[in-house]
Amino acid sequence: MSRAPFAAVAVLICSALPAAAQVAVRAERIHTVSGAVITDGVVVVSDGRIAAVGPASSTPIPAGHEVLEAAVATPGLVDVRTVAGLSGIYNGDDQAHDQDMLERSKPIQPGLRAIDAYNPREALIEYVRSLGVTTMHVGHAPGELVSGQTMIVKTRGTTVAEAVVNPFFGIAATLSPAAQKGGGSSPGTRGKMMAMLREALLAAREYAREHAAHDGEGAPPARDLEKEALAAALAGEVPFIVTANRSQDIAGALRLAEEFGLELWLDMAAEAYTLVDEIRAAGVEVLLHPTMYRAWGDTKNLSFTTAARLADAGIDLAIQTGFESYVPKVRVLLFEAAVAAAHGLGPVRALEAITLAPAKMLGIADRVGSLEVGKDGDLALFDGDPFEYTTHCTGVVIEGEVVSRRAR
Amino acid sequence: MRPNAAPALRLALLAAAGASCALAAPQTTAVTGARLLPVDGPPIPEGVLLIEDGRIRAIGAVGELAVPSGSTVVDARGKVVMPGLVDTHSHLGGVGAADRSGPLQPGVRVYDSIDVRSSGFRRALAGGLTTLNLMPGSGHLCSGQTTYVKLRFHEGAPRTIDAVAYRFPDGSPMGGLKMANGTNSIREGGEGGFPGTRGKSAFLVRELFIRAREYGAKIAAATDEDGVVDPDERPPRDLHLETLLEVMDGKRVVHHHTHRHDDVLTVLRLAEEFGFRVVLHHVSEGWRVAEEIAAAGAPCSLILVDSPGGKLEAVHLVMETGAVLERAGARVAFHTDDWITDSRLFLRMAALGIRGGMSRGAALESVTLAGAEMLDLDERIGSLTPGKDADFVVLSGDPFSVYTQVEQTWVEGVKVFDRSDPDDLLHAEGGWGAADDVTPYLCCHDRASEGGSR
Repeated sequence: MSRAPFAAVAVLICSALPAAAQVAVRAERIHTVSGAVITDGVVVVSDGRIAAVGPASSTPIPAGHEVLEAAVATPGLVDVRTVAGLSGIYNGDDQAHDQDMLERSKPIQPGLRAIDAYNPREALIEYVRSLGVTTMHVGHAPGELVSGQTMIVKTRGTTVAEAVVNPFFGIAATLSPAAQKGGGSSPGTRGKMMAMLREALLAAREYAREHAAHDGEGAPPARDLEKEALAAALAGEVPFIVTANRSQDIAGALRLAEEFGLELWLDMAAEAYTLVDEIRAAGVEVLLHPTMYRAWGDTKNLSFTTAARLADAGIDLAIQTGFESYVPKVRVLLFEAAVAAAHGLGPVRALEAITLAPAKMLGIADRVGSLEVGKDGDLALFDGDPFEYTTHCTGVVIEGEVVSRRAR
Repeated sequence: MRPNAAPALRLALLAAAGASCALAAPQTTAVTGARLLPVDGPPIPEGVLLIEDGRIRAIGAVGELAVPSGSTVVDARGKVVMPGLVDTHSHLGGVGAADRSGPLQPGVRVYDSIDVRSSGFRRALAGGLTTLNLMPGSGHLCSGQTTYVKLRFHEGAPRTIDAVAYRFPDGSPMGGLKMANGTNSIREGGEGGFPGTRGKSAFLVRELFIRAREYGAKIAAATDEDGVVDPDERPPRDLHLETLLEVMDGKRVVHHHTHRHDDVLTVLRLAEEFGFRVVLHHVSEGWRVAEEIAAAGAPCSLILVDSPGGKLEAVHLVMETGAVLERAGARVAFHTDDWITDSRLFLRMAALGIRGGMSRGAALESVTLAGAEMLDLDERIGSLTPGKDADFVVLSGDPFSVYTQVEQTWVEGVKVFDRSDPDDLLHAEGGWGAADDVTPYLCCHDRASEGGSR
């Protein structure tokens, strides 16, 4: 007698990345995101890339391509901020030591790389992939003044090298009481948080100046991994991603960005609706909190309608799954976008907020985020409206490889 | 003195005298035109729901069931009306019962701790919830007595726990007993008398139930044939043991937190040994022991969170548990465990149950009638049945669609949530000030107080 009808999670990823298969998807509705919805359409993926997109009547499927059928096909989903892979499923209570998203030994640690902490075999990654996520901006969590670096991965591979798209994308910082511990070495107030950040950025600016001024003669100035990382943000090479929820913390982040010329990304931003004009004027990207995030503490004023309000105001936003300390251990991007869709954002903009919008923000819109010829063959398949609770994600394709076939 | 007191009194007197003349007819509210989901019968595509004195008087199809003249008519054409939702497991209201002094405290009542004015209850109404089982946490083997409440937040009604609690026939506050096993109630090293292992957990429970049995035998020995207890012969009153006697007598149901498959079977083993009625709560690995659960006749109140994990015991949580249990023949309800999941999204959980393979019918019952049964309240609530309390929800569409909104919530014939009211809308959507008084409840996860940082 089978005692485990659902325990046999399909092992879909083998030990090495297989050569991209030749796959075609035929769906009743294809949401290209970049263009109009195609009714009864076909997406042909050859050698890992999209070779054709169009109506079935005029888009032949080449020989040798496996055909996947679905009611709806969308681009693979892009999670603009998560910690899955650094954060593991167990929560670390049980000698699992699978919670590597936040180092609490000191408040400013921009030298911590995401690639050194990411477990591509983590069960949570298989889980979110089976619900459509093919690309993640993943890295250190909020909770310290500067908690570390972030990177971009595809949700596949058994080594970080196989998964990674960009090993150092941004630096994660926090302006929130969550980053306050006090006791001297850590900030205990909002004023002190900002003072410590400014001091660190000023020191990094000085460091960059010394290195730039080195004329090549004699020993170069000693390297400092932390200042080096902050210097990359000061140079505009990587965004400075600030988690801020309360209105005054968002304003603080904008002030910091202006002073140092940082490319600021606002993370979470529960009260962003109070500063719509300021955020738009600053041209800042918003990585909006999960729609169903719990309202308490510095997120107490969040609303199901914030995504719609920001989008209506013309602010660039993407919806993230973020970080959970307990349950659900990881949020489901599709589900968070669905609730935003039902609260004013609407399904078209909601889909964009988890595909093309984050792809553009992450600078990878030439590869992912929409179904266009030449882009990576990343797709999510559904048996109905992707946002309906009762619809299943029936398949996921990454660069032509079918990485999930179970209906979930 | 209220100006209308006299005519009201006159009506009451007529009613008391059994008068049936038209003048004495109570005010009728008629909800007309909606698709009715009675739960205990097939949907009525365009129905009429008649309400009198806070109860459902009749239900039928438009054109078949006449609306009495003089009724207050609520035009609900294009809407869907279903029974008020029943949440078998909620922590709203800043609840707290047992403290850290010991692992088993059945005499402690959550009733004495509830902040009825918490904004959490406003969000519950925004989600269509009308009856809640307010529970203490799972950090104890037994954390105390639970309280069943009806969100009777009528304008001008007293905002006290006494006014909203359901009552046993003897008039005492109605509720069950919260118990837990698995890791939440275990303290490493067994500090403070708490168990350090699963074996010790069951041992401590058995020991106390056996003491209660002995205590009951002493009371029985001091009781004469007419049921009168001799005060000189009976043992001194013990609130903890008295509660366990109520449990073994069947008056009070045990609501038992349990996740892992072997822990579920431990609960069933103890329930059998001591003859108590039990509702299994959470039951994350219920899919592994579905046949045993069904054979024991133990109803299951499930929670679905959006992903597995977060703690070791929830790693095998799957969306299919409700479907597996349904197929095995077990009774299935869902619960919010609010603050673990949001009461405003309770219907969503049943919809995810359908995603996991449950039938629509079972999903509909899982948030209404099944829960009512688990609280011994199915004669009063859980379906749109004549004679039951007029607790219902007006929805903009299908209950299991993401695009559907709860538009109105009615309790005992009175509208207590209306999405068109700006203040109600604030609690439905969130926003500035909506959650000012929220007390996060994450059970045993102390680190939640660190700003959710770990």
